[in-house]
Amino acid sequence: MNLEYDAQELEFRSEVRSFIDLNLPDDLRAKVLNHKRLSREDYRKWHTILHRRGWVAPNWPREYGGAAWTPVQRHIWEEETTRAGAPNIISFGINMIGPVLMEFGNAAQKDYYLPRILSCEDWWCQGYSEPGAGSDLASLKTSAKRVEDESGAYYLVNGQKTWTTLAQHADMIFCLVRTDNSGRKQQGISFLLIDMRSPGITVRPIITLDEDHEVNEVFFDDVRVPAENLVGEENRGWTYAKYLLSHERSNVAEVGRSKRELAFLKRLAMATPSGDGSVLEDPLFARKVALLEAELMALEITNLRVVSADHGNSEPGPEVSMLKIVGTEVQQRLTELMVEAVGPYGLPLDVDFLEGRREASVTGHDAAAPLTAHYLNFRKASIYGGSNEIQKNIINRMILGL
Amino acid sequence: MDFTSTEEQTQLSETLGRWTDKEYGFERRRDIIGSLDGVSAQAWAGLSDLGLLALPVPEALDGFGASGADMFVVMQALGKALLVEPYMATVCGVEFLKHDEGRFADLLGGAAAGTVRLACAMGEEQSRFDRFDVATTVRTDGDQHVLNGRKTVVIHGAQADHLIVSARVTGDRRDHEGISLFVVPGNANGLSRTDYRTIDGMRAADVDLANVRVPDAARIGASGEAWPIIDAVSDYSCALICAEAVGIMQAVMETTLDYLKTRRQFDQPIGAFQSLQHRMADIFIEVEQARSMAMLAASVSKSEDAAKRRHAVSGAMIRVGQAARRVGEEAIQLHGGIGMTNEMKVAHYFKRLTTFGAVDGDVDYHVTRFTSQPGFCYPD
Repeated sequence: MNLEYDAQELEFRSEVRSFIDLNLPDDLRAKVLNHKRLSREDYRKWHTILHRRGWVAPNWPREYGGAAWTPVQRHIWEEETTRAGAPNIISFGINMIGPVLMEFGNAAQKDYYLPRILSCEDWWCQGYSEPGAGSDLASLKTSAKRVEDESGAYYLVNGQKTWTTLAQHADMIFCLVRTDNSGRKQQGISFLLIDMRSPGITVRPIITLDEDHEVNEVFFDDVRVPAENLVGEENRGWTYAKYLLSHERSNVAEVGRSKRELAFLKRLAMATPSGDGSVLEDPLFARKVALLEAELMALEITNLRVVSADHGNSEPGPEVSMLKIVGTEVQQRLTELMVEAVGPYGLPLDVDFLEGRREASVTGHDAAAPLTAHYLNFRKASIYGGSNEIQKNIINRMILGL
Repeated sequence: MDFTSTEEQTQLSETLGRWTDKEYGFERRRDIIGSLDGVSAQAWAGLSDLGLLALPVPEALDGFGASGADMFVVMQALGKALLVEPYMATVCGVEFLKHDEGRFADLLGGAAAGTVRLACAMGEEQSRFDRFDVATTVRTDGDQHVLNGRKTVVIHGAQADHLIVSARVTGDRRDHEGISLFVVPGNANGLSRTDYRTIDGMRAADVDLANVRVPDAARIGASGEAWPIIDAVSDYSCALICAEAVGIMQAVMETTLDYLKTRRQFDQPIGAFQSLQHRMADIFIEVEQARSMAMLAASVSKSEDAAKRRHAVSGAMIRVGQAARRVGEEAIQLHGGIGMTNEMKVAHYFKRLTTFGAVDGDVDYHVTRFTSQPGFCYPD
């Protein structure tokens, strides 16, 4: 047992750190560190910078243009980029559809889509959830009927997806669609790649409780999708979907981000007066921060235990469900304490400031202004990606054998 | 970075597991608890034969010079067996003596051979968890030191051959400066011990010191400068009990899981009910999070960097303390009425988990220590 990083890992860390110092634009960094909302261009900018360095796809093998880093390297990368205030790479292309295409796509699909994911020429979104099928994903109803006529073979898609994150920016959507109704509900699902500019697609914003436009409803009304956009075989989509979900859950602990947010919380609470001292010096508040910090310390080690056990590129095990639960609880608790720290300055809702249309917030407390919206937004964390209750079911089934 | 056990550690753990299964089963333990001494000479000899007593002693003094990771493995196994012998008290005593290794070579050699049992008499009635709060006094009389005072809830104090005693040379009661450490034989004139059972099957003693005389050679470290030693050994002790608690919690989890799979109600195993399943998943998470912190504490338990050590150790005491409480309580609830009976091992696991932090500092104490470190308000 040795909890120290080895020399190679430390060297890698300093290489990453100096790259970020030189290449992360200040305006982006400031937005991220201060919980402001990022535009499509903000995301693309950082993506492009990383692409130039060959580091945009840490988990991809080299033959497809990835960085082929070890799990520990990826952990270091995540920790350093998030600590510095770099935006997340939008994961739909790099972490979700990319690995699925590499594993199950045909040569033409790989050749065409993978380079476009790396270069961010295509922004992808995910068409999994439906209004009637949340955690019970396999209940999906969006239908795709295979048609062959003089113009060739295609699927005619009808139905609705929901909670489609950043679909308003997307060029492509990967969708689970129902191609057969006869068997078990997991059978009869297929995996389609659909151009968002196809006639018959309507994207309607869902404005969330923090008055943000992050998610959407996507409607399909007789949308024609060329048959060559089917991934793998018809009716085998559930297999590919599960493969994708297991990749979605990599780096689910978000330790780097939470460490950054903990430091932010402490600076914030130190800068916020209370009585003759600061909020952080109030023993009741300090106690809450300490309990959370201990939880995060434990999560960091737990995460490293899981990460370092994953020597190959094997699928993450069911332990990842534990990382999801604790990771999201820590994230949520951090946002709660930030709001508590600023007290009355958590009240204003300043969307113009949040979206960068105004430089300073209406109260002048710029660090405080985004925090309540941020708290509200993070209630999603224990719901998305398989709710934390679903994760507990996975722990029970896969680890405890109940 | 490496979280795996070495081959030696795995072997040690397996050997120890075989020994506790065979020689230290639940029935055997119950007999020992019920005996007059509350500990077993035979079991002690067994631990000695396994090399466990030599483990923490330096190699130069016939020991094995165990690392924090080695002790992590041992304490987990002993936790699982709910060992009531004065092992941890002796190991912590050894840790004190190592600060003056040359002077105490004989005692350390004796500890390694299993002929010397030690206890650490630090706590006093008013001190609660503050080891610097020392009212016991020491004055010099010729070439001897004379100790007066009362030490309370000294774990295995009456079973020890020698006690490590803190006493104040100078300063006010709660000063960090002015504390000395002495090794006092259990049969010293003027020393009396009130031995009692503790709720978790262990033994503790209150120790009265009335003009107890020890030679100068009995002092550990420089006069009045014992605080850094006491602080370091307390942290080491915390790391050990964290590892022990993780061993217990792992066993509690396995026992409870087993029970959920076999106990039937409403025509199905109770483990089929989702409300119980989710509580079980919570237990699993508690145990894994606690294990991580215990590993962290073990890895820094001997660090010279006091700030780093305190941060990790108090963090571990906080997180493991929370887990110990929750896992213990949940296990009893999930067992239902049967968990309330003294016949069940789970009840004894629960009792031991309940005492977590009672001597080494509870969650609140370590939160206060954690938040008062300079790095807390001014990170990075």
